[in-house]
Amino acid sequence: MSVFSPEEVAAIRGRFPILSRMVNGKPLAYLDSAATSQVPEQVIEAMARFQRTTRANVHRGVHRLSQEATEVHEGLRDRIQRMLGASRREEIVFARGTTEAINLVAWTFGRQKLNENDVVLVGELEHHANLVPWQIVASERGARVEKIPAMDDGTLDFQTYERQLDSLPVRIVAIQHVSNALGTIHPVERFVEAARRRGVATVVDAAQSAPHLRLDVQAIGCDFLAFSAHKMYGPTGIGFLYGRHELLESMPPWQGGGDMIDKVSFSGTTFHEPPWRFEAGTPHYEGPAGMHAALDFIEEIGLERIAARERELLEHATSRLGGIEGLRILGSAPHKAAVVSFVLEGVHHYDAGLFLDQMGIAVRTGHHCAQPAMERYGVTGTIRASFSVFNTEDEIDRLVAGVVRLKRVLQ
Amino acid sequence: MNTPDTIAEREAEIIEEFSMFDEWLDKYEHIIELGKSLEPMPSELHADQWKVKGCQSQVWLHPVRQGDALVFQADSDAAITKGLVALMVRVLSGQPCRAIAQAPLSFLDRIGLHEHLSPTRSNGLASMVKQMKLYAAAIASQEASHG
Repeated sequence: MSVFSPEEVAAIRGRFPILSRMVNGKPLAYLDSAATSQVPEQVIEAMARFQRTTRANVHRGVHRLSQEATEVHEGLRDRIQRMLGASRREEIVFARGTTEAINLVAWTFGRQKLNENDVVLVGELEHHANLVPWQIVASERGARVEKIPAMDDGTLDFQTYERQLDSLPVRIVAIQHVSNALGTIHPVERFVEAARRRGVATVVDAAQSAPHLRLDVQAIGCDFLAFSAHKMYGPTGIGFLYGRHELLESMPPWQGGGDMIDKVSFSGTTFHEPPWRFEAGTPHYEGPAGMHAALDFIEEIGLERIAARERELLEHATSRLGGIEGLRILGSAPHKAAVVSFVLEGVHHYDAGLFLDQMGIAVRTGHHCAQPAMERYGVTGTIRASFSVFNTEDEIDRLVAGVVRLKRVLQ
Repeated sequence: MNTPDTIAEREAEIIEEFSMFDEWLDKYEHIIELGKSLEPMPSELHADQWKVKGCQSQVWLHPVRQGDALVFQADSDAAITKGLVALMVRVLSGQPCRAIAQAPLSFLDRIGLHEHLSPTRSNGLASMVKQMKLYAAAIASQEASHG
């Protein structure tokens, strides 16, 4: 029994205008939602409507438009707070995306926290966004970044992690919730709890989990958590950082400019309270209008049903692709998000990507901004198909047929 | 390699050759075949020194000067990129440096493969062509100053 009837699937697909377009003469099969999700009409419309009726800068103006724009903007903060179960609205900081949110933490909290010889523990499968900022800040502070090793199945080695926590001067653990390269859902609560017990700060990259899982910062127990709107049916250019309030309060500003100040003079400047201290300059103010609509979309369908549907698609893809000779799926963790990452014997992933593109199939090929993860599994890159609520078994079958076909030509 | 034909003539030949293909699959298969027939590059030249960086596929390029001409040896780890590399070698290898440096190379556009040469493409091909022209331009300017 499928989560959705064929009529419901068709109705969901109908809400995404881009799905009706042709690519290279074939109907688009968009299997790259882990890179960015497509947006339903209501998101496009909400942002356009905002531009037509409400466009004004937030926080500053006393005029009607500015007040309305500010309500949309600050209203989203309230909504994200509720979504995450954060204790107060001031714990939600707007950023450009996950990358900027993690950089913010690294450059303020990280810089403050790290001293000579200290260690930042980072998962071996991390996206570069949750690795490189730590490397840069650690090297500036004379600290170092160590990896939490990954196992053959795409999970992280918890035993080694605990040993690292006990034997190294670890100050910060930065860990992904879901692997973008393999799809592994890590038991992030367990990793966070082990760090907290030892007084180590925790940063969770939730970019890949936010579209699929209910995030509860109290249950996860982390100090910081970051995610992006564009991976969850929302606009690009806006993302969110959750930070524990007492930590945000103790952190220095990062970028200076308008909106983040309290009082400015040449004899000295004082800064605004969090979260505004970390929000210099004019924000992506139509983004919140789109994000409200994206959250509406998710609520209308229901995150649990979305996730259940994605699991169906994942199972279908895993079993169908797994039947192809010479195809190896990377990552066989017990809990996975809707991502299948694979390599084909004798076929370069780049060639595969070009062939599939000709067939109207959009997949991601390459190292997925996770080069250490590729190195761990002895590959230079993979072919990655990722699924969203609007995908169909038929599209996966087209991928399978495409792979069989390209194998014949390329092997 | 004293070929009498010019870059433009070689390009015209390729355009003619590709005009036979209506189907993308046939075209790609032909490109892959061209890659297979590319003269193998000695393994010692698959070194970082001769690597042209691409994000997804790698290209190696080795220039050999022959008088005022440049001969190229090249390779790629991806089949389609290798075929495109073979096309570039076929057009430019053995040509006078001045001609290589100034070649507009419009044939990729004419055979519908222009997107493979865009600087944002991650296959390393655009960087390879840039590198070929830089080598050629460097020698050509040397010649001119000795001129």
